[in-house]
Amino acid sequence: MASANRNRAHILIRKGRVIDPASGRDDVADLLIENGRLTRIGASLDAPGADIVEAEGHWVLPGLVDACVHLSLPGSGRTGDIASETRAAAAGGITHLAAQPDCGPVDSTAVVRLIREQAGQAGFARIMPIAAMTQGLLGEQLAEMSTLARAGCIAVGNAGGKVANALVLKRSLEYAATFDLPVMFRPQDSALSVGGCAHEGPVATRLGLPGIPAVAESVDLSRDLLLVEATGVRAHFQQISSRDSLRLLRAAKRRGLPVTADVSIQHLLLDESALEGFNSHCHVIPPLRSAEDREALLEAVADGTIDAICSQHTPIGSSSKAAPFPATKPGMAGVDVLLSLVLQLVDDGKLDLLRALDAVTAAPARCLGIQAGQLETGRPASLCVLDPVGVKDLREDWLSAGNNSPWRHAQLKGSVKLTVCQGKVSWLSD
Amino acid sequence: MTPTLAPSSRVQLTDDGKLRHFLTTEHLPRSLLEDILDTAASFVDVGGRAIKKVPLLRGKTVVNLFFESSTRTRSTFELAAQRLSADVLNLDIAKSATSKGETLLDTLRNLEAMAADMFVVRHQDSGAPFFIANEVTPSVAVINAGDGRHAHPTQAMLDMYTIRHYKGGFAGLKVAIVGDILHSRVARSQVHALNILGAEEVRLIGPKTLLPVDAEALGATVFTDMAQGLKDVDVVIMLRLQKERMDSALLPSEGEFFRLYGLNNDKLQFAKDDAIVMHPGPINRGVEIASEVADGPRSVILNQVTFGIAVRMAVMSMAISGQDSDSNALAASAENMEGAGGARGQR
Repeated sequence: MASANRNRAHILIRKGRVIDPASGRDDVADLLIENGRLTRIGASLDAPGADIVEAEGHWVLPGLVDACVHLSLPGSGRTGDIASETRAAAAGGITHLAAQPDCGPVDSTAVVRLIREQAGQAGFARIMPIAAMTQGLLGEQLAEMSTLARAGCIAVGNAGGKVANALVLKRSLEYAATFDLPVMFRPQDSALSVGGCAHEGPVATRLGLPGIPAVAESVDLSRDLLLVEATGVRAHFQQISSRDSLRLLRAAKRRGLPVTADVSIQHLLLDESALEGFNSHCHVIPPLRSAEDREALLEAVADGTIDAICSQHTPIGSSSKAAPFPATKPGMAGVDVLLSLVLQLVDDGKLDLLRALDAVTAAPARCLGIQAGQLETGRPASLCVLDPVGVKDLREDWLSAGNNSPWRHAQLKGSVKLTVCQGKVSWLSD
Repeated sequence: MTPTLAPSSRVQLTDDGKLRHFLTTEHLPRSLLEDILDTAASFVDVGGRAIKKVPLLRGKTVVNLFFESSTRTRSTFELAAQRLSADVLNLDIAKSATSKGETLLDTLRNLEAMAADMFVVRHQDSGAPFFIANEVTPSVAVINAGDGRHAHPTQAMLDMYTIRHYKGGFAGLKVAIVGDILHSRVARSQVHALNILGAEEVRLIGPKTLLPVDAEALGATVFTDMAQGLKDVDVVIMLRLQKERMDSALLPSEGEFFRLYGLNNDKLQFAKDDAIVMHPGPINRGVEIASEVADGPRSVILNQVTFGIAVRMAVMSMAISGQDSDSNALAASAENMEGAGGARGQR
């Protein structure tokens, strides 16, 4: 089983298919990690004394970068802890996670320190906190963005919390732009979504579930885009869910605005029909939308309008999901299955392999403005070795403390044999 | 591998197609809805007898589990259970356990310990009876007495009973449902039941603020104009308009609503000459219905109440009998397993 923090001096990964979307590399090669650094990629490498990992028939990928996870800290209302969730991530090939500021909230250096300490002690993955853009995420007063960035936050955002008005938002963006901090947006108009728990459409109508219309997202997104243009801030839009939003994003990118976007993996695999029978595991925000929205999102990932695919990992205790649908807490645990589900989209012919892997490695790193998600020699190694046809049997291999996923008992293709995070072995399967 | 999710209807029926829970009219077979109506017909007379009881639920305990207060619906369920000779326990949860912070699941576990045979559930959240049916001991029948905006199947079935009583059947019938469709669990259950029973056309009439998005997906045609919507219909069902709709910017005033959608004799002219007028009650006179109509010759509103008890008796007795046959089947299969020398215990 896994043995974290096992720090081997040298590792030679032999004869794997090395796929590095950032460089376009896709060939069979050996990789050598020396003292935690990726030193060489090439044919028939020789490294006396190194631990040998036979990767014939396996793929060697950059460590996955997950642009959106919700951390479990005491008081966050979620289950598990940083150790349990980053271990699940490591087993899923993920080495870098951008954490939403809604645990805590992340508006003081003390919280940032706590997150970094716990992540460091656990040693399973690198957590990159996103700072709260406003104090307490209340959307009224600016948070100490510069101080939080110095403490290690990579961006700022309001985690879907309502910002009081356009003036506060504009000033927040101007202030963030002062320090060239990227801003994470999660567009959803609070008045248009109030009380809602499902996509406003035929399924919610039949099930009598209060709806969140697609326009709740696009109304907010269009306002955000205008303010991004006015302030010149770098912007990343998270968890895009509707067709109309894609039209706006395409136009913004065409105009040359500094914007990127992601979509959560569940929105690429499921649509509103998954709510039949009031399946509370499929209660997520933004809601699972129509089959047409899902197809449009897949096309947008394929053509690059959406840069990244994230897990939107939200581990929730079973008691918060064991209630009538509207009374359950929204969210789905996702780090266990992100890679397998991305591979499923490739198998289904929805995405080509390189683009799909790009969307969970180099692209999210670009969105977040961090150096990760690629196989670069000379730098600390972050990579994973995947058996692409090996079965991940989640009935036994589910590691997140949150059981809230419709794939909780599934068997999926794609089993990670080894994960190395910044030079250290963070996951090794037996 | 996309997860397979059980269709909502499967929960309600035993393997051999008998009613086990009654949660929604949607997706139920026509023969089962007809069974409910026929069984109800046999109970309609019970109310007229000197001794108003039949022994079908003798020794059974029915728990009325009302998370949302309702005197009328609860009373008819209580009366229906008593006429079937059941023991009845009324729990007004709205005012007790959950308001003290107990979760719904904890409340259910406590009630299960009381060895109840049936829960009659009303809840403000859509889907709550599904959750309860999935969580309780399999041998406890769950009857939905109204959940959120989702379903109110016994109300719909008593409406079907009323329609069949006055119209003889459903073939060729045009039925209009008028008013606040968006928030109406009754309307949703009625549309499904009418379509299953073979009505020719179901129409929904209201302003766009009170019509759900994609209302056609329910299986109905949608009108925003009363004259067009009521044209040549055989049945008009008026829905109650809650006062709070004015506060949430869905309507400007009761007055304007009445002018546009309130049923008076003038508007009733558009319907067929022998059209009947129904209302699940309680009615708001002068808001959705004029007194001249509510008390007029086409109104069958009061008869609906009488039929309501018989329909609820029918549903309750059928669900208990479905549960009994189900547990017999389970017991039989358990014996078979043991007989075959299977060492594996059940579950």
